Amino acid sequence: MPPDLQSRPRLAAGCRLAETPASRTNGKDDRQHTLLMPERALRLNGPSLQIVQRCDGKHTVQQIISDLQMIYSKAEPHKVEQDILGYLALLQKERALDFEL
Amino acid sequence: MENSISNPLALIAELTHRCPLHCVYCSNPLELQARTSELSSEVWSGIFREAAEAGVLQADLTGGEPLARTDIVDLVRAARDAGLYVNLITSGLPMDEARLAALVEAGLDHIQLSFQGARENIANEISGALSHSQKLRVLEWLKSYRVAVTLNFVIHRRNIDQLQEMLALAESSSATRIEFANVQYYGWAFANRENLLPTRQQLDRSVEFLNREQERLQGRIRVEFVVPDYYAKYPKRCMGGWGRKLMLITPHGDALPCHAAQVIPGLSFENVKNRGLREIWEQSAAFQKFRGEGWMQEPCKTCDRRGLDFGGCRCQALLLAGDASATDPVCSLAPLRPKVDAILASLNLISDPVGAGPAPPAPEPVTRPSWLYRPNPS
Repeated sequence: MPPDLQSRPRLAAGCRLAETPASRTNGKDDRQHTLLMPERALRLNGPSLQIVQRCDGKHTVQQIISDLQMIYSKAEPHKVEQDILGYLALLQKERALDFEL
Repeated sequence: MENSISNPLALIAELTHRCPLHCVYCSNPLELQARTSELSSEVWSGIFREAAEAGVLQADLTGGEPLARTDIVDLVRAARDAGLYVNLITSGLPMDEARLAALVEAGLDHIQLSFQGARENIANEISGALSHSQKLRVLEWLKSYRVAVTLNFVIHRRNIDQLQEMLALAESSSATRIEFANVQYYGWAFANRENLLPTRQQLDRSVEFLNREQERLQGRIRVEFVVPDYYAKYPKRCMGGWGRKLMLITPHGDALPCHAAQVIPGLSFENVKNRGLREIWEQSAAFQKFRGEGWMQEPCKTCDRRGLDFGGCRCQALLLAGDASATDPVCSLAPLRPKVDAILASLNLISDPVGAGPAPPAPEPVTRPSWLYRPNPS
């Protein structure tokens, strides 16, 4: 079931965003963002990071969609929305989100 | 070669082999390590820092019973400060609410509370201790804390027909995850195997039930299920592959590729007090021994699935085939699969007579099996 557009997703207890060194070999100061959760870790970048950073219990799903449609203004807006809903559903299946109304 | 070695992702820290429970399927080795040889909190803190530098993301604080360490709150804080995601795998004994609050405050991310059953009598019989009611108290306390909760049920013949009650327990708690892990047959469980292995009918019913419940609970509780590999067609991807994802440190500091690796003759293990963790991971003979595919025999060597399950479990190959390099005998392609089939056949012949029709729930045996209980180390 797709999440309610007016609900506010928030990372569930025991799920948190961490910054870890991306690679020790390429001298650059790259930071890799990782979503840590029970028995799982998801590497995040680009849109997935933008989405998860907004799962703070304050942004509604609709606001997250609007924000990303602005950031990725060259992409087709409907496609951005579908991708976001799909990603939120995936995180929900992993039980990484609570949806607050 | 160096480039083909990936980072370890999780560090399994066996903080102690002491435990208030005596479970008949304990994953600790038959030879338990003594309290006097346990690593200090300072040494553990150093290990957590080295692990994080080597790319490890998660620390599993386990035992024995990790709460048996009086410095457990400091150890949780040290792991978290090192940058790790901190899991505590516990029986919930000895715990009170103040201790739970201190653990969460120190940065505990996730608590995995083990249960031996949904009913007190079986749970206490399996654990050899009066433990079940304390676990229920811990589950109540957990509702007030912001920490991920997994209920971990170890499944076997005596409790596989209680899955519905186990799920109900999870639904009435703050758990977001429930793990139904069928016993894996090593060490203590291997010794108690004939009383633990479920029948095929029990297994089929449980799989059907859990598939339905997984669907129903989607988005609320993640339901995970590990089948007993004796009944599987292909072996499990043991530890995610030898020396590919996980490193286990024993109470006195030996670095192992898996819980049971000490049963394999000829392997020697390096100690984290003598050598850096990353060096042990990349170079030690024990971690190199079954890494990659070079060690494989036929049929694994040319099998299309060798990159999926890495030939299965090396310890099981040793226990059942007498050769740690053999194809895991639970694999349907293994030359020694008939040996596993014979074990299952004798079990299912007794428990499920042919033509019995739809199976009733397994009756509670009148007499208690003669369990081999796990003792405590000196």
